[in-house]
Amino acid sequence: MAEAETQGKQVKPILPFLHISDNPDEKPYLAGSKCKSCGATYLGARMACSKCFSTEPMEDVKLSDKGELHVFSIVHQSAPGIPTPYVAAIVDLPEGVSVRCNIEGVEPDPKNLKFGMPVEMYTEIVHTDRDGNDIMAFKFRPAK
Amino acid sequence: MREVAMVGAGMIKFGRYPEKGVHELAAQAALLALQDADMTMKDVELLASGNLYQSSAMIGQRIMKEIGQTGIPVINVANACATGSTAYREAYMAVASGAYDTALAVGSEQMGKMGLLGGGGGGGGGGISPEGIVGSGLMPAVFGQAGVEHMRNYGTTEEQFAKIAVKNHKHSMHNPYSQYQVEMSLEDVMNARTIAWPNTLYMCCPTGDGAAAAVLTTMEKAKQLTTEPIKVATSTLTSDPYTERDLTMPDVNTLTKNASKLAYEDAGVGAEDLDLVELHDCFATAEMLHYENLGLCGEGEAGKLIDDKETYVGGRIPVNASGGLLSKGHPLGATGVANICEVYWHLKGQAGGRQVEGAKVGLAHVIGLGSACTIHILQK
Ligand SMILES: [Zn+2]
Repeated sequence: MAEAETQGKQVKPILPFLHISDNPDEKPYLAGSKCKSCGATYLGARMACSKCFSTEPMEDVKLSDKGELHVFSIVHQSAPGIPTPYVAAIVDLPEGVSVRCNIEGVEPDPKNLKFGMPVEMYTEIVHTDRDGNDIMAFKFRPAK
Repeated sequence: MREVAMVGAGMIKFGRYPEKGVHELAAQAALLALQDADMTMKDVELLASGNLYQSSAMIGQRIMKEIGQTGIPVINVANACATGSTAYREAYMAVASGAYDTALAVGSEQMGKMGLLGGGGGGGGGGISPEGIVGSGLMPAVFGQAGVEHMRNYGTTEEQFAKIAVKNHKHSMHNPYSQYQVEMSLEDVMNARTIAWPNTLYMCCPTGDGAAAAVLTTMEKAKQLTTEPIKVATSTLTSDPYTERDLTMPDVNTLTKNASKLAYEDAGVGAEDLDLVELHDCFATAEMLHYENLGLCGEGEAGKLIDDKETYVGGRIPVNASGGLLSKGHPLGATGVANICEVYWHLKGQAGGRQVEGAKVGLAHVIGLGSACTIHILQK
């Protein structure tokens, strides 16, 4: 907490695998790890490979910001305080990783969403915490 | 491993019991099961108690303080929605292993109105939950997406999912233990408000309280107690194996397919031998997937199975004669035991107006997200 005060306001990711660089020119990206033994790729870090059990340290990979819509649901009722309706989706990335995410930029109606449609990631600040740090989230929208 | 038989079943009507403690609900069900087996606590050598939301409250021991403290070993179990059936498996393993002759399994839950929207989500950074901002990890969205995947793969329609809810609500009319007993038309189900597309309100299980219990003993003892013992042909428990999307989209299909393969092998029966199935219809979409996962029909044929009404009581393979979780309710820790009790009553010919005539083999399936899958096959 003292650190945040001395360093001023920081931008923090909503989930640990959203990588935010210290260099403001570098776009935030989803960080993955790839098993050197079998090639299985994960969102974020893993202690060992869940597929082949290899404990060799994994290769860090920068995941693509473009993917395809696998499936979705339109959530109309959620836990208290969560705005609805919204599109809750699973997006497949070309590295063989899937991501749970919101799809923005379309009215939340099944007719606006097509299986396999190309989507792209973007980030935005969704919250400011007690210490004044901005919380950044990633979202997907139909690719231009 | 020794042959194990089920000799007693008991449950209370699922609903809301705000004036009671959950251990009281559990103790009530335990007494009913013991009475059914013509036993008391003094005959029980091990108690396995399943409860999720109060998993640290020693519910198993508190049951015994209500109905008989004999100092026997008690195991308190938590395993998401498979909590009750995992407790049942602990009781089964205790008898099958030869360590104990008679064991009692009790499942209980008091959910209030918290329901399936409680919990989940997962921790985020900066004290903010990613739920609803970075997709959804809550059950309604998870099972909405799982249903949508079936649409994507096989062209399944919203109407076909809704037909499953129509069936289960119709079945509930004959089950006095069911939390809701309300018959509904296809229009009623489809016109209800959407919770998470494609599931509407009546395609989602209600929240509530409940308890169920079962007495297990050796086949040898069971034969002294009854001329028609019910054999527990398998008690199978699995967790989710590695599959590509499982870490972001729980793969309930591979989970259940793996468990059913093991269960059929272990029991020495196939899907074609089943007379009835109680499966985990937390949402109407889930039941559709499990028709295929349990091998009740071929891949991609689940929509046709419900279109042809084959899973109605009186159809080729009745599914959720109890009304399912959709009507009967889903008090998390109680569900797994209650599903097995339902199968037991059908095999005993005690299922009243919902009885599947001549039932000899039945299957009870439960999944807990996270994930766990149990399959029990009972045989007359
Ligand atoms: Zn590997």
